[in-house]
Amino acid sequence: MTLFFYLFAALALIGGIGVVAYRNPVTSAFSMIVSFLGIAALFILLNAYLVGILQILVYAGAIMVLFLFIIMLLDVKEEQGKTYPVIAITGASVVVIGFLSLVVTALKRSQVGSIGLPRLSDAEGAPTDVQEIGIRLFSEYWFPVQVVGLLLLTATVGVVVLSQKELR
Amino acid sequence: MDTAITLNHYLYFSGALFAIGLAGVLIRRNLIVIFMCLELMLSAAAITLVAFSRFHPENGQPDYDGHVFLFFIITVAAAEVAVGLAIIVALFRARETTDVSRIDSMKF
Amino acid sequence: MEISTLAWLLLLLPLAVAAIILLGLQRSAGTSALLATGSAIATFVIAFAVSRFPGAEVSALPWIHIGELHIDIGLRVDKLSGGMMLIVTGIGALVHLFSLGYMREDPGKARYFGGLSLFMFSMTGIVLSDNFVMMFVFWELVGVSSYLLIGHWYKKDSAADAANKAFLTNRIGDFGFMIGILLVWILTGSISFSGIEEALGGGATPALLDLAVICIFCGAIGKSAQVPLHVWLPDAMEGPTPVSALIHAATMVAAGVFMLARVSFLIDAAELAATFIVWTGAITALFAALMAISQNDIKRVLAYSTLSQLGYMIMAQGIAGGSDAGMFHLYTHAFFKALLFLGAGAVIHACHHEQDIWKMGGLRERMPNTFYAFAAGTAALIAVPGTSGFFSKEEILHAAHDQHLTIPWLIGLFVAFLTSFYMTRLFVVTFLGKARSEEAGHAKEVETLMWIPLAILGVLALISAYFPVSKLLFSATSYAHLPKFDLTLLGSLVALVAGVGLGFVLYRGRESDPLNIPVFAKRFYIDEIYRELINVFQDAVARFCDFLDKYVVDPVTARLPAFSSLAAGSILRGFQAGNIQAYVFLFGLSVVLLLLLVIL
Repeated sequence: MTLFFYLFAALALIGGIGVVAYRNPVTSAFSMIVSFLGIAALFILLNAYLVGILQILVYAGAIMVLFLFIIMLLDVKEEQGKTYPVIAITGASVVVIGFLSLVVTALKRSQVGSIGLPRLSDAEGAPTDVQEIGIRLFSEYWFPVQVVGLLLLTATVGVVVLSQKELR
Repeated sequence: MDTAITLNHYLYFSGALFAIGLAGVLIRRNLIVIFMCLELMLSAAAITLVAFSRFHPENGQPDYDGHVFLFFIITVAAAEVAVGLAIIVALFRARETTDVSRIDSMKF
Repeated sequence: MEISTLAWLLLLLPLAVAAIILLGLQRSAGTSALLATGSAIATFVIAFAVSRFPGAEVSALPWIHIGELHIDIGLRVDKLSGGMMLIVTGIGALVHLFSLGYMREDPGKARYFGGLSLFMFSMTGIVLSDNFVMMFVFWELVGVSSYLLIGHWYKKDSAADAANKAFLTNRIGDFGFMIGILLVWILTGSISFSGIEEALGGGATPALLDLAVICIFCGAIGKSAQVPLHVWLPDAMEGPTPVSALIHAATMVAAGVFMLARVSFLIDAAELAATFIVWTGAITALFAALMAISQNDIKRVLAYSTLSQLGYMIMAQGIAGGSDAGMFHLYTHAFFKALLFLGAGAVIHACHHEQDIWKMGGLRERMPNTFYAFAAGTAALIAVPGTSGFFSKEEILHAAHDQHLTIPWLIGLFVAFLTSFYMTRLFVVTFLGKARSEEAGHAKEVETLMWIPLAILGVLALISAYFPVSKLLFSATSYAHLPKFDLTLLGSLVALVAGVGLGFVLYRGRESDPLNIPVFAKRFYIDEIYRELINVFQDAVARFCDFLDKYVVDPVTARLPAFSSLAAGSILRGFQAGNIQAYVFLFGLSVVLLLLLVIL
C-alpha cells in the first residue's frame, strides 16, 4: 500500500516538475498527462473509483487534448534561447518557499492529519461509490447539477462568440 | 512498510504539487503553459478534498459528499479551460504572440 | 441748571454741532460757519459758569466693569480743569471769529468748521475727563481732529504728508502712553485720577513707578512735540493759520502739559522720572530756539517758538512744586501765541498767501492794527517786564533755581536770550523797513472780523497776569508781584536786552539774512536721520519676511505636500506593471503573509 502511494506520488510530482521545466509546450502537455495519471492512481488508492476514472476521462482525455489542439493551432514554438529572468526566479522562490514552509509548520503543529487510514466496512451489499454519488447527485445536489448544466451552456456560447473572426 | 500512510502524507503531497504549479505560473512565459500549471494547482486541491473525504468516513463508507464536490470541480474546470483557451486564441489573433511579457498594455 | 448738566453740555454741544455739520450741512458753508462759531461762544459762556464751582460733583456714566476694573465716563471739575476750559473755549471762540473772515472764500469751509467743532469736543474731553482711559480716548480723538485739520487742503501733497506725519508721530508717543497707563493700573489698581492719588497717598512708592511715569510722559512727548518726537509740529504749519493758532499753539500741544499737571502727584512721587522730564523739556527748549534762528517762513519761526516754550512748560512740570508755574505759563503762552499766529495769519492773508518774511517788510504803515497787536504779543513772548509772559517765565526760572537745578536754569536763561533774538529778527524783518515785494507793497489792513480777535488777545497778553483776569483763570489772587531783585531777574533782563539789541543790530534795514547756519536751518538734519532709520528697518523687516516666505513657508506648506504626493504616487504606480505574473506574485505573497499571520 504504502509503496504504491510513494510510487504514484513520485510520478505525479515528477510530471509536475516536467510541466514547469520543459521548454517545448508539447512536451509540457505530455508531462502533464503523466502527472494526471499519477493523480488518478492516487484517487483509486483512496477508494474514490468514480473520481479517478473521471480524472482520466475528462481531465487527461478531454482537457489535455484540447490543450494540445490549441498548441498545434497556434503553432507555438519553443521559448527561444533565453533563460528565465532572475527576478522571476527569485520571486517564485520566495513565494513557493514561503508557502511550503507554512504548510509544513501548519501540519506539524496541528493534529488534523495524524489519523491513520480508517477501515471501511466490507459488507457485500454495500452500495458502490458510483451508486452513492449518483444518488446524491439526483437527490441532495440536484440544484447544483442544473446550475452546472447552465454553466456549461454559457461556456459553450461564450467560446463560440469569442472565436469569431471579428468581434461584433 | 514501517510507517503507515496518514492523512499528513497526502496533505504534504498536495501541498508540494500546488507549490510546483505556483512556481510554474510565476516562471513560465508561455500563456498556455501557465494555464496548464493552473490546472495542476486545481488538481492538487482536488487530492486534498478526496483525502479528507476518505479519512473521515461515515458509516464505514467514505464521505461521498466530497466526491460529489469533486464531480462539480472537474466539470467547472473543463468549462473554464474551454473559455480560457478561447480567450487565448482571441488574444493570439490580436497580438501575434503568446509571450506573457509582451502583453502588458494594461500598464499604468 | 445743575453744574452736572452744564458740564455735560459743555462736552457734548460741540459734538452735536460737529455731527450736524459733517453729516448734514456740507453744502451750506455759511450756516455751518455760523453754527460752529455760535457753539464756540456758547461753550465759553458755559465754561465761565462752570468754572465758578470747582470741586462740584458731576455724575459719571458706568462704562466697563470687569472684575476689579472699573472704567467710567465721568467729568471732573476743579481748579485745573476750570481754568483750562476757559482757555480752550475762550481762544476757541476767538479763533472761530477770526476764521469767519480768513476762510471766507475757502471751498471746504463747512468741512473746516466741522473739524473745528470736533476738535473742541475732543479737547474738552481731555480737560474734563476724570480717568486715564477716558483721557486716552479723547487724546486719540484730538489726534484725529488735528489730522483732519492739518490736511484740510488735502489736495496739496505736502499738507497730506504733514497730516500723516503728525498722526504717526503722535501714535508712537501714544504707544508709550498706553503702556504707562497699564503700568499705573497694575501698580495702583485704579485708573481714575482720584483713585490713583488715594492709592499713592500711603507714602510708599511702588518700585516701577518711575518707569510708569516715563511711559506716560511718552504721550506728552508725542502730543506736546518734545524732542525726539518734535518733527511733526513744524510740518503741521501746512494747515490753515487759525488751526495753527488754536491747535498747535494754545490748546492741543498744551494737552501734554495739562496731562502732566493732572498727575503731578505721580510725578512728585517718582524722582527719576521727574528728572527725565526736566531734561527733556530743557533740551527741547534749547534745540527749538536754535532752529528758530534760521527759519524764513513766518509760521515756522512761530512753530519753533512754540516748541521752545513748550519745553519751558514741560521742564516746569518736572520740577517739584513747579507744576503751577508751568500751567501759568501755559495760559499766558496760549494768549500771546494765539495772538502771534492770528497776526501772522492776517499778514499772510494781506500779502496774498506769501509766507516768506524776506518778501515782506514795511507792513507797519500799511497794517497798523495788526502791527500793534503783533508787537504786544512779541513783547509778552520775549518777557518784557510787566507783561504776562514776564511773570510766567520768571516763575519757572525761579522754581528751577529754588530746586538747585543749575544747568536747566542756565539753559532757561540762554533760551530767553535766543527767544528775544529771533523774535526781534522776525518783527524787524516783517514789519519794519521797506516793502521787499509786490504783495507787501499792496498789503492793506484786514477786515474788522479779523482784527478784533487780535485786539482782544493783545490786551489779554499784556494783562492776564493781573487781577481780575488771573482771579478768573486761576481762582487765585494776582500772580503779579514785585519781583525780588535776585540772580534770576538779573539774568533774564540781561538776556532780554542782549537779544533785542543783537536782533536790531543784525537785521535792521537788511535785504537778506546775514546769518547762515545750515545745521540750524536744516533742523539738525533730524528729519533726514529718521527717514534713513525707517528705511533701514523697513527694508530689514521686509527682507526677513521675504526670506521666511521663500525658504520656510513656501517649501513646507506648498512644495513638501506636492512633492510627497508625487513621490507616493510614483511608487504606487510601479505596482501596476501590466504584467500578469507580477500580479500573481503579489497575490501569492499576500496570501503567504496572511497565512503567516493566521498561523503564528
